[in-house]
Amino acid sequence: MAETIYLKTPLSDEDMEKLNIGDKVYITGTIYTGRDAAHKRLVELLQQKKELPFDIKGQVIYYVGPAPAPPGKPIGSAGPTTSYRMDPYAPILMEAGLKAMIGKGPRTQPVIDSMVKNKAVYLAAVGGAAVVVAESIKEAKVIAYEDLGTEAIRKLKVENFPCIVANDIKGKDIYVEGVEKYKKG
Amino acid sequence: MRKINVKDVIPVVRKLCIDSNYYIGNDVIEKIKEFREVEVSPTAKEVLDILLENYALAAKEKMPICQDTGVAVVFIELGQDVHLIGGDFYEAINEGVRQGYKDGYLRKSMVDDPIIKRVNTKDNTPAVIYTDIVPGNRIKITVAPKGGGSENMSEVKMMKAADGIEGVKDFVVDRIRRSGGNPCPPVVVGVGLGGNFEQSALLAKKSLLRALDEPNSDPIWADVETDILKRINRLGIGPQGLGGNTTALGVFILHKPCHIASMPVAVNVQCHAARHKSAQI
Repeated sequence: MAETIYLKTPLSDEDMEKLNIGDKVYITGTIYTGRDAAHKRLVELLQQKKELPFDIKGQVIYYVGPAPAPPGKPIGSAGPTTSYRMDPYAPILMEAGLKAMIGKGPRTQPVIDSMVKNKAVYLAAVGGAAVVVAESIKEAKVIAYEDLGTEAIRKLKVENFPCIVANDIKGKDIYVEGVEKYKKG
Repeated sequence: MRKINVKDVIPVVRKLCIDSNYYIGNDVIEKIKEFREVEVSPTAKEVLDILLENYALAAKEKMPICQDTGVAVVFIELGQDVHLIGGDFYEAINEGVRQGYKDGYLRKSMVDDPIIKRVNTKDNTPAVIYTDIVPGNRIKITVAPKGGGSENMSEVKMMKAADGIEGVKDFVVDRIRRSGGNPCPPVVVGVGLGGNFEQSALLAKKSLLRALDEPNSDPIWADVETDILKRINRLGIGPQGLGGNTTALGVFILHKPCHIASMPVAVNVQCHAARHKSAQI
């Protein structure tokens, strides 16, 4: 039975152990944004044994390239982007301490294996529900790679950011199990 | 001959860019409500509710439905009795896109070079523009912003006549099965049949301009569309790929004559935010 769980960042192994696929999760605290271009740079820094622009231990990366903030808002529309494009980089970031990724769409097996190994999870936000998600973002600040525009790394302060557990630390995958359950013929 | 100054095109394109990104068509809302009634997965129902809430919130807050405000795809129907004056017509369209994406706080998602440099052009230009010359003295402009996630799940296949209509159906259904949760289902499936390699893709794209409450005017093709839709919704993918019966909201087919040796089939996948708005000058 799916549960509703409230999490505060940074995340711990104990937080990860509570989560099962299908659970609704609301995240409060600091999270970071990153897409393809930023991931490439982060992984290059790790490979060169250099410091990352933020402490990744226990952290959450949200795969998003937000729309510009209209007057009076901290951020524009900010729904998830498709996650598989980050798959070549994700295991390296999990080895460095990343605990959760938020995006949309299924992940490949090496990423799922790395989640089991590193006690990390993948959370699905609702793609296209970009204004609903933006409502949970209270502050946004570019902290690295400003030259990338929408793809820059932003530090977000979120309150009850809504998502669903898609891959848990037991290696389960909602994109496989959910589809199997409702497939006909 | 009617003279139209290309400068008059700029504000029209600007407004279509903004409106298409803020306000989803009522056909999408009604179709999602229809599917929600018969959806069996509780998670899927919740996702559909969030989508409906998001459309309402986007319109109220005047914010884009999705942060991916897309490539600005612009379809022009240019009356052959129009004489365009005052400058470069395509540059005027791009200026409209530039202004719309800036003034509407829409995301700029274009890079100048596809693989070597990939530097953002910072104003969402250039638009992708298609022009048809039609009878009359008016210009019809349609702006259909197209997101990257669903576009990436699209495909052209050069099939054989021997594959038959069942082969075509299998290919379309399989394309959606392989797309899974990536293109933001529930999707709208645009299918282009015939023509040649590139025309099939353009037909698939153009088919997406039809409203979801408008059936194919040819009953034979309407049956094919209905059959493909039923099969897609038996795949179990569901909204966002999390499982359920609402994987596609509609299947649209456009077809053209083709070479005796060929049978091109294109599938253009559209996310649930099936955005397009038109205006006439």
